[in-house]
Amino acid sequence: MFANTDLQHLLLGRLTLEDIPFHEPILQVTFAGVAIGGIAVLAAITYFRFWGPLWRDWLTSVDHKKIGIMYVVLALVMLLRGFADALLMRSQQAIAFGANEGYLPPHHYDQIFTAHGVIMIFFVAMPFVTGLMNYVVPLQIGARDVAFPFLNNFSFWMTVSGAVTIMISLFVGEFARTGWLAYPPLSGADMSPGVGVDYYIWGLQIAGIGTTLSGINLVATIVKMRAPGMSMMKLPIFTWTSLCTNVLIVAAFPILGAVLVLLTLDRYVGTHFFTNDLGGNPMMYFNLIWIWGHPEVYILILPAFGVFSEVTSAFCGKRLFGYTSMVYATVVITILSYLVWLHHFFTMGSGASVNSFFGITTMIISIPTGAKIFNWLFTMYRGRIRFDVPMLWTVSFMVTFVIGGMTGVLLAVPPADFVLHNSLFLIAHFHNVIIGGVLFGMFAGVNYWFPKAFGFRLDEFWGKVSFWFWTIGFYVAFMPLYVLGLMGVTRRAQHFDDPSLQPWFVVAAIGAGLIALGIGAMIVQFAVSIKNREKLRDVTGDPWQGRTLEWATSSPPPDYNFAFTPVVHGLDAWWEMKARGFQRPISGYKPIHMPKNTATGVILGAISIAFSFAMIWYIWWLAALAFVATLVVAIGHTFNYNRDFYIPADTVARTEQRRTEALAARV
Amino acid sequence: MATHATHTLVGERMSDADAPNFLDLEGEHHPEGSTMLGFWIYLMSDCLIFAVLFATYAVLGRSYAAGPSPKDLFDLPIVAVNTSMLLFSSITYGFAMLAMEKDDLSKTQLWLAVTGLFGAAFVGLELWEFSHLIHEGATPQRSGFLSAFFTLVGTHGLHVTFGLIWLVTLMVQTRWKGLIPENKRRLMCLSMFWHFLDVIWIGVFTFVYLMGVLQ
Repeated sequence: MFANTDLQHLLLGRLTLEDIPFHEPILQVTFAGVAIGGIAVLAAITYFRFWGPLWRDWLTSVDHKKIGIMYVVLALVMLLRGFADALLMRSQQAIAFGANEGYLPPHHYDQIFTAHGVIMIFFVAMPFVTGLMNYVVPLQIGARDVAFPFLNNFSFWMTVSGAVTIMISLFVGEFARTGWLAYPPLSGADMSPGVGVDYYIWGLQIAGIGTTLSGINLVATIVKMRAPGMSMMKLPIFTWTSLCTNVLIVAAFPILGAVLVLLTLDRYVGTHFFTNDLGGNPMMYFNLIWIWGHPEVYILILPAFGVFSEVTSAFCGKRLFGYTSMVYATVVITILSYLVWLHHFFTMGSGASVNSFFGITTMIISIPTGAKIFNWLFTMYRGRIRFDVPMLWTVSFMVTFVIGGMTGVLLAVPPADFVLHNSLFLIAHFHNVIIGGVLFGMFAGVNYWFPKAFGFRLDEFWGKVSFWFWTIGFYVAFMPLYVLGLMGVTRRAQHFDDPSLQPWFVVAAIGAGLIALGIGAMIVQFAVSIKNREKLRDVTGDPWQGRTLEWATSSPPPDYNFAFTPVVHGLDAWWEMKARGFQRPISGYKPIHMPKNTATGVILGAISIAFSFAMIWYIWWLAALAFVATLVVAIGHTFNYNRDFYIPADTVARTEQRRTEALAARV
Repeated sequence: MATHATHTLVGERMSDADAPNFLDLEGEHHPEGSTMLGFWIYLMSDCLIFAVLFATYAVLGRSYAAGPSPKDLFDLPIVAVNTSMLLFSSITYGFAMLAMEKDDLSKTQLWLAVTGLFGAAFVGLELWEFSHLIHEGATPQRSGFLSAFFTLVGTHGLHVTFGLIWLVTLMVQTRWKGLIPENKRRLMCLSMFWHFLDVIWIGVFTFVYLMGVLQ
């Protein structure tokens, strides 16, 4: 490329033309697909003249509702990528027996399982959860926005930057071949000298900053911005679980950041934290990463528990059974989630006493979780259950999650874990709880709150098709892995010798195919719903006979959420308002104080992509430039004191008048 | 109990003469002041980063790999001077906040400047100590102990450096806009940050330097 290699080294670091994988046909096809899809999207935005509104109303928006929607869109897009990886793995393992090497060489297969894990946890589950919390929590507590609206926008863009960084690794260089937690010494500079682990480190570091800040934001929001009268024991249960999740985020993600910094120093500076020589200790990495990692799984599942609680009480037409016990169960799980991390590496050899302690704490977590299951069951008991799509997901969750929970208790027994450690039994277990718990919860949440966000319901038929394919597909895909795991098959294998195992893998691959149909049906569901939106329109703002405050306002809610701040007197505030003959006022509006949009978040996000790319490829001048630019933009932003404005009372009156007319026209 | 009325069907609104106010029609409820809580939570998250680094130091602090140990390296008098620089800077920041409470801009600025000088002296001494250690061959690459030492102390130093940049920014902003509520809030945040770093340093001084030399 350059005659002078020194100059090239200075300008491009270790990046060369050979790092673009022209020789990999799978990647070429993927790249073509992404490029064509990307060009189509850009062309569509240009054709519909959507650039202006996209920039003004979405990308630079500090509105928690829009940020929430953007998080969920990010999660759905990344779900496609993560699931494509899953299909590749399942098909490879279904055919790679004996003489057949399959179509994925080990170095490629290893990148795929790493990317699958990283993307599904950090860029599907996390944005999904954060997106729902962002959208729903301020509405449920009767607030007009989160405590720090700009910070919210910035957090979102940091998450996007992390996702983009990971996606770049697909087409420039390679991704880590270490598994999703990048254990040293495999992830150290000696064993992984390439850029793969660096993509991993910087992608997660940037996204982690965003997640931490968004956690701080939502904790402050829930603690400080509740509507008058909403004491802690009158919080809707989803807000309670969100509070606990965000406390966990604030208390766990800094640890991930710090551990990644230590690994970064080992790789870039040559320190000896996790090396095998000169005093390093790789097992310290295992401990630290799991002190983040175990709370992380509760960060994901608690909001899903919240969704199921809301859905169960709404679709059974009953107050949630055992609200108080539900709150305490959530808090107990929050605390216990910090006392179990070592069960991820019982085989480390820390001795019987330590292993027993962590085994017992792990088993104890099943008690509050079991209490929750019974609360949902008792809420359903003698309720008038309506089996709409969100409720279907909830019922399927209850069955699936109990199975996953029981295999989890099995793994919590240290002697059993010594047999099952790193086997496909473990893989089946955590997919059982993450798909059956987190994903089903998020799908229930999307179906439940979609009419709130967009003013029309999602198509029921395609929702049910998707539900059945997902549920059946899940069982077909993962039950064989339990069997294989019990037979001793280990995870992350690219090829097998024993042909008697093959039928199980073929069944699992068929299951993955069924899940693919479920995802396809979901896409169809969105398309059909948008096409039939007039037929599916809901003008009441309360399509499910909801109980909490988000259903008190219009769908979609106005920018300011509530023209008047609600005053709360009991649990299920909106239900009480309806029951006691609440009449919506139609005059007396006041100007509403709101935060202004800003482009700083987008700009800082873009700079951090440049920074991480530069660090990954050793392009030091660009890294320095991007670092200085970050400081300049961030400090420059603080010189802008003009950050808020008032929505005039007339505008509020006009918006509310339209709603009054819509409500009148309905009858 | 109002919540017992849950069996009423939606749409079939019963009128309730005793129904309380469900809306804040005066628009009085406008919560402000989440910043202090938010910043406090941020500091706790930062505290966890230091917790990881302290824990790492606790695990690796004796892994000398046949290299130098704390006793060979640390020069307590210099660390004492360094510590007093940081402690003094916390006191002078306190004076700046007292002046701010009295709306005395020039005195606030003066004490902020003094704080900045103490902070800069702290960072300068630390850099000198680092260069001295590296010069003697006690580099972060030498042993697990030195990796943990440089990272823990260096992270604290980076925080102080960041605090200095922030301090200068706030001096410019208070000069520009005066002691308006936004600037007072920002000075309060930096105050918490600055004292927080002091507390962390006391941990570093005790566990790294004092106990290192004593053992």
